[in-house]
Amino acid sequence: MKPALEISQLTKTYPNATKPALDQVNLQVEKGEVLALTGESGCGKTTLLRSIAGFESVQSGNIRILGEEVADTKPEQRNVGLVFQDLALFPHMTVEKNIAYGLKKLDKAARKARIEEVLQLTGLSEYTNRYPHELSGGQKQRVALARALAVKPKILLLDEPFSNLDELLRVKVRQEILSILRSSGITTILVTHDAQDAFNMADRIAILKKGELIQVGTPENLFLQPVSPYVARFFGEISLLHGTQTPEGLKTSFGLLAYASDDSEVLLGLRPNAVQPTDTTGPLSGIVTQITFMGAFYEYILQAGHKDTEHLHLFRKQRDYEVGDEVYFTVSSEQVIEFKIKSM
Amino acid sequence: MAGKIRINIKYWIIGTIVLLLCIPIFIIFSHLFGTPTENWYHIYDNLLADYLTNTVIIVLGVSLITLFYGIGAAWCITRFELPFKNTLEWLLILPIAIPTYINGFAYSGLVDYAGPIRVFLRNVVGWDEIYFDIMNIYGVIWVMATVLYPYVFLSARTAFARQAGRLQEAASSLGRSKINSFFSVVLPVARPAIVAGLLLVVMETLNDYGTVKYYGVPTFTTGIFRAWLSLGDLQSAIYLSSMLMSLVFSIILLEKWQRGRAQYESGEKNDATPKQPLSGIKKWLALFMCVLPVLTGLFIPLFQLLYWSYFSWTAVVDAAFMEIIYNSFYLAGFAAIIVAVLAILLNYAVKLVRSQKWENIAKITMLGYSVPGAVIAVGIMIMIIGLDKYLIALLNETFDIKIKLLITGSVFALLYAYLVRYFAVGFGPMEAAFKSLPNSIGEAGRSLGSNPLRNLIRLDVPILSKAMIGTLLLVFVDVMKELPLTLILRPFNFPTLATNAFQYANDEMLTKSAPSSLLIILIGMIPVFLLNRLINTNKK
Repeated sequence: MKPALEISQLTKTYPNATKPALDQVNLQVEKGEVLALTGESGCGKTTLLRSIAGFESVQSGNIRILGEEVADTKPEQRNVGLVFQDLALFPHMTVEKNIAYGLKKLDKAARKARIEEVLQLTGLSEYTNRYPHELSGGQKQRVALARALAVKPKILLLDEPFSNLDELLRVKVRQEILSILRSSGITTILVTHDAQDAFNMADRIAILKKGELIQVGTPENLFLQPVSPYVARFFGEISLLHGTQTPEGLKTSFGLLAYASDDSEVLLGLRPNAVQPTDTTGPLSGIVTQITFMGAFYEYILQAGHKDTEHLHLFRKQRDYEVGDEVYFTVSSEQVIEFKIKSM
Repeated sequence: MAGKIRINIKYWIIGTIVLLLCIPIFIIFSHLFGTPTENWYHIYDNLLADYLTNTVIIVLGVSLITLFYGIGAAWCITRFELPFKNTLEWLLILPIAIPTYINGFAYSGLVDYAGPIRVFLRNVVGWDEIYFDIMNIYGVIWVMATVLYPYVFLSARTAFARQAGRLQEAASSLGRSKINSFFSVVLPVARPAIVAGLLLVVMETLNDYGTVKYYGVPTFTTGIFRAWLSLGDLQSAIYLSSMLMSLVFSIILLEKWQRGRAQYESGEKNDATPKQPLSGIKKWLALFMCVLPVLTGLFIPLFQLLYWSYFSWTAVVDAAFMEIIYNSFYLAGFAAIIVAVLAILLNYAVKLVRSQKWENIAKITMLGYSVPGAVIAVGIMIMIIGLDKYLIALLNETFDIKIKLLITGSVFALLYAYLVRYFAVGFGPMEAAFKSLPNSIGEAGRSLGSNPLRNLIRLDVPILSKAMIGTLLLVFVDVMKELPLTLILRPFNFPTLATNAFQYANDEMLTKSAPSSLLIILIGMIPVFLLNRLINTNKK
């Protein structure tokens, strides 16, 4: 079976820009899959999305939708659905008219049936005659989704779909949208800068940096085996630690770490839960320089010495230490992520 | 006790200013039931139909052309990558500085026997028998529309810049072509803004006297002038005025109604959808759409006026001309200061009162801006003649002093009329400025021991000085351009730049009218420049 979307060697440079916004991007999305596209702002994720939709012209490379090359096809002929960041609902039309907008090719009965179907799917049946400004944030979100789904697009693109919602609403709407996407079985690409969105919704996550696609994989895969600190930082707090390989172990600023690497110079990434304090003295220790109450736990920041810039994060349920205390700890080597120095 | 008195002052200020500004308009309605004169039956039977049809045709024609120019240029400027885009953008606004009647003089000169077009055809091409008759209703429509379209352009540009790009993208992701989405989504969404701009065009059109008089097309405004100044029939002038006013108010109501239930302003910031590059014929068409209005509304009339001025300025610019300039500056400056001071007082009083009801009452003062100048002149005249008669009788009876008409024909009457007509020009921006100032500033002043008056002088006025200068400038320019009010109410032998230009043109000495016209235009361009600079700095 052909993949829903196949992007190869896609390159786009904006006029007057020195670096390409998209640099030889390769990406494949399977039918029915939900893929999250993420990265820091300006990394090219929105440009990639808009290129798939057809709003950005690309200099070279291919975009195939179900095997069909669309790189030179007008947006209105691509049959790609798009939910805009600000939704772009038509303010002068009711919910029903908004949804019907893309269905002009259907005859009256078919159009009515399709609208009914989409309204059912998105749970908007009571609001058909409302105008967009008469709806809540979550309802507007569903109208935008309904409008895009109505035309049965081959792919659905969501651009930062929850960025306008507050935190409480965000979680609720995210679940609603996800269940709509799953039950319609549509191939979806979602642009987000929020790791929680990506974790919650995506089958796979693709990470962009400065126009380059640097890693694609399942959420677990990216969390456990990130190729660079850039990727790792996306999914939570991580401390970086430089080390030199010696026969006794890895020499770091916090002491000797029991770890064996193939390289002599090593960069390690440590999640807070990788650091485990011990009651007895040991080879690794740091001094508490800052304590922050985070609600469910305390966050401690450990430094090797006062002049040293490297620090570790440590999470504890109780306030076990005070600023200035020396803490001995161990690190389980399975929880350590090793980065290749060149990928920095 | 002191507190109670202070509270009362606020209400008194609001009440007095509102009354002052509304009396001349209400007086027209109160005289509506006077006995018709014989003239009225003549006007009613023979002229009224012409007045009405001409006025309506002019309004419709001007609306059509301004919509085409304004929407077309705004669309090309906001959506396409064009060469000289920034220059074109403010050149497209500049025609707003040219009063309709001056554009009318320029175009009539352009195509007459001695004008450059026919001179060229006669001497170079050898055609002598070609006439361009524009001294008719179509000519009026053309010369008005070519300088009034910026009102539509400005509002359409703002509306398009806000949401056109992303709405069109949404539409094309749903399978609609660009043209289709323009008419099904973009235009309907921008409609309220565009109609609001069009409303200003219609107001200006209905206010015009100079153009229709010069082009010999009878409308309501020429009718009012004729009934009163030629026939000396105030009652008929009142009937015509109130009809014109009813027309104005029904158009305003129509505009309010068209906004309807749907809320079109999404309140979002400007959308960042990239402009589309164009190539080939499309690029030239879009460029033409932006250049044509600049050509017909700015370069052509300016060229004609400069050409005339080149020949006539030595003959025109003398001591008397300097006095005319002085008169204009004096009137415009005085009017601007009065408007600014009263606008500040009214807004400040409203701010202190903090009640929606009083805020709405204060807004009544903006009514005058929608009333044509000729109508306001009639209202003021009735009021002032009455006041003068009362004064004469009073002084005669009480002190046995015999005086002539005191206020009638004085600068006072004229300034009062400007105040009524242009108060909204100052009130609007000042209101926005006051609203942008948080209440906490005044409260901080109070807690530090200032009374409200000291707060106003030491805090509000200095903080809002930019808005105030803007207000002064806008009123100044509007008064400078104003014609019908000034013609009717100015003191005897008191020419201004506007009346001077009009008088010369009416005496078929267009060449000599050009320097005055040119000066009015150049002064009128100042606020456009400043405003454009302000917008550009805000963009950065």
